[in-house]
This record gives sequence, structure tokens and C-alpha cells, in this order.
Amino acid sequence: MPPRTTEAKQIFRDNIGRDNPVFVQVLGICSTLAVTNSVKNTFVMCAGLLFTLSLSNLTVSLLRRWMPSRIRMMVEVLIIATYVIIVDIALKAFYPEIWRQLGPYVGLIITNCIIMGRAEAFALSNPPGLSFVDGVAAGIGYSYVLLAIAFCRELLGSGSVWGVQVLGGWWENWAIMVMAPGAFFMLALFIWIVKGLILKPDDETKEAS
Amino acid sequence: MSEMAAVLGVLFAAVFTNNILLTNYLGMCSFLGASREVKTSLGLGAAVVFVMTSTSVLNWICYHYILLPLDLDYLRFIMFIVVIAAFVQVVEMIIERFSERLYGALGIFLPLITVNCAILGVSLFMVIRDYTLAEAFGYGLGSGLGWMVAILAMAGIREKMVRAKVPVGLEGAGITLIIAGIMALAFMGFNGMMTLN
Repeated sequence: MPPRTTEAKQIFRDNIGRDNPVFVQVLGICSTLAVTNSVKNTFVMCAGLLFTLSLSNLTVSLLRRWMPSRIRMMVEVLIIATYVIIVDIALKAFYPEIWRQLGPYVGLIITNCIIMGRAEAFALSNPPGLSFVDGVAAGIGYSYVLLAIAFCRELLGSGSVWGVQVLGGWWENWAIMVMAPGAFFMLALFIWIVKGLILKPDDETKEAS
Repeated sequence: MSEMAAVLGVLFAAVFTNNILLTNYLGMCSFLGASREVKTSLGLGAAVVFVMTSTSVLNWICYHYILLPLDLDYLRFIMFIVVIAAFVQVVEMIIERFSERLYGALGIFLPLITVNCAILGVSLFMVIRDYTLAEAFGYGLGSGLGWMVAILAMAGIREKMVRAKVPVGLEGAGITLIIAGIMALAFMGFNGMMTLN
């Protein structure tokens, strides 16, 4: 089905570039920003988010004809929470060390605005296949931004990547980077760079309207 | 007496040293979205304080008296979110019924709060840190106040900044994040006064 695939490709491109949930809408950073001082933890969080986002999109889309519109938010939240519980239990069983470090943040995937936003904006009005693609695309668009932030923060803040020391003894750690304000500055810097250099002027006007 | 001191300690630590917004990044979405005017953020802040305090106490009771005895610990996410959503719904109906003015001021913010990550975050932290009921109350109240202080300060700064020249790419979210970063730096000055664990 050629039109389907082109549509899917378009969705993918939009989610990673022009409609990127983090840069353009600044949504859903709450649950993950706190763990971006280490690449490994960020990766685990993003994997959990990708899993939840794509499968909840698929489920919402499959059920969209049977959901009474009055209580649909509640149903969506319960679907999302179910997948998050799966992620939580799996992490606890296989990677207890990382699970302990992430603490409450795994549970906070439930309130990540992106998941709810994609379910409301896309999955409710589109077929399951496309919704799944949309979920995966939005998840990837979100993950690469946060991984980039985590990479910079860990490299500058502790001189390491994925827990492996890469900068030698000459490197003076920037303590601020691993502390709370570092994430704010880093994210602002990323938004600035992307908006200033990559988004074209006509996109800016479109966004404003 | 020491119980009282513990509660006060948790409360002040949650407002200053462990501000839920500036050190845990929770509740960012509404923080960025609704911090344009002092009046709006005052309403939202008040609603958050109220809902956070009540739901942390409610969730503590439900968790310790329902989930733990039944060994249903893994269902806590669903229970917390249901308690929060139901509570917000009930409060909205009560306010709408009894006070037109309060509803006008707070009503529109209440639905927003259901998806505020900070509310769920407080309940989750409370469980992880093994608070007693009184401490959970202090933590909920303190976190709510801390969030309100942060958003009020931000709204005040942003109102003054309307006429400032900001680089094009930084307008909106970018500059707000930078201000939040500087505020977080300022709040780090409280570090060492007290700690939360």
C-alpha cells in the first residue's frame, strides 16, 4: 500500500524534526530531565517511554470505537499506567540497581504529557498501524534529544560516558552540570541552537499561528 | 515533640532545599505554560498546594491500609492516579456547587492538575522515603508551597521581561528555562541548611 507507507514516513519525519515534542512543544520533559546526568539511566528511561508510548498508542487506537468519550481520559490513563507497571516490574526484576537509582521516575512516565498528548491527538482518530508508527516516531524524537542532553551533561559533569571515564585526569569536572541547574541550562541551549539554526523562518511563522 | 520537629523539617526542606520543581523538575509542563501572569500562577499555585496536600495524605492512607495488607504493592501507580483524578473531580464539583467565585478562580486549573507530574511525584517520593502520615502531610504541603513559590517568582520575572529584548531562538520556552536554571542556582544556596532523605 504505497499511500500508507508515504504517510508513515511523513509521520516519522515530522515527529523527529519539525514537530519534535521536546523542541517545538516543550512537553513531557518532567519525568526524564531529572535522570539526564547519566547516559545509562536516560537510556533506560527512554526505552521505557518508547515502549509505553508505542503500545499505549496502539491500544488506544484499537479501542477507540468502544471508548465512551466522556471517560476516555480515564481509560487512556489506565492503559498507560498498565504499561508503565510492566516496565517497572521488568526493571525491578532484571536491573534492580538501575531501578533503585531511577526511584520514582519510572512511575512518573504515566504523567508524561507526550504519551497522553499523542493518544489524544493521534491515536483517537487514526488506525492502529499508523498510531503505532506515530508512537515509535514520537518516542524516538524525544529520546534522541534527551540522550544528547545526557551525553553533554555526563561528559562535562563527570568526564565519563555510560559510566566509562573518557576524559583524562586533566579534566576538571563541571559540578554544576550534574546538579539541578545544569539540566535547565542545557535544555535551553539545545532549544536555542535548534530554533536558531535548523528551523527555517517559514516554520517559525507556522508555529506562531 | 520530636515528631513535630520532623514534620517541620520535612516541610521546610521540601519548600527550599528539595524544591520539587527546581531540583526534581516535576510539574515543568504547567510551569512553562502557565507562568505568564502572576494572577494565573497564583490561582494555579493555590490549587496545587491544596490538591497536593490532600492527595498525599489520602494516598498514604490508601497505600498503607489497602495496598500493603493485600500485598498489591505493584498496583500503586494505578491507585495513586485514580485517587488523584477522583479527588480532583470531586473537589471541582463541590467548588462549582458552593462558591461561584472560587470556581471562577480555581475551576479551570483543576483538570490541568490531574496530569501535573508533581502531584503523582509527591505520592511516589512519599512511599519511597517511608514517611509517616504526619510527615507525608508535611511533605505534600511543603512541596505544594515550594512549587507555588517557584511559579510565582517566575511569573513576576516574566511580567517584567515583556519589554526585554530576547534572542529570537530563545523566546518563550528557552528563556524561561534559563531563568529557572538561575532560580535553581539561587535555591542551591539553601543547601546544607537541612536535608531530606
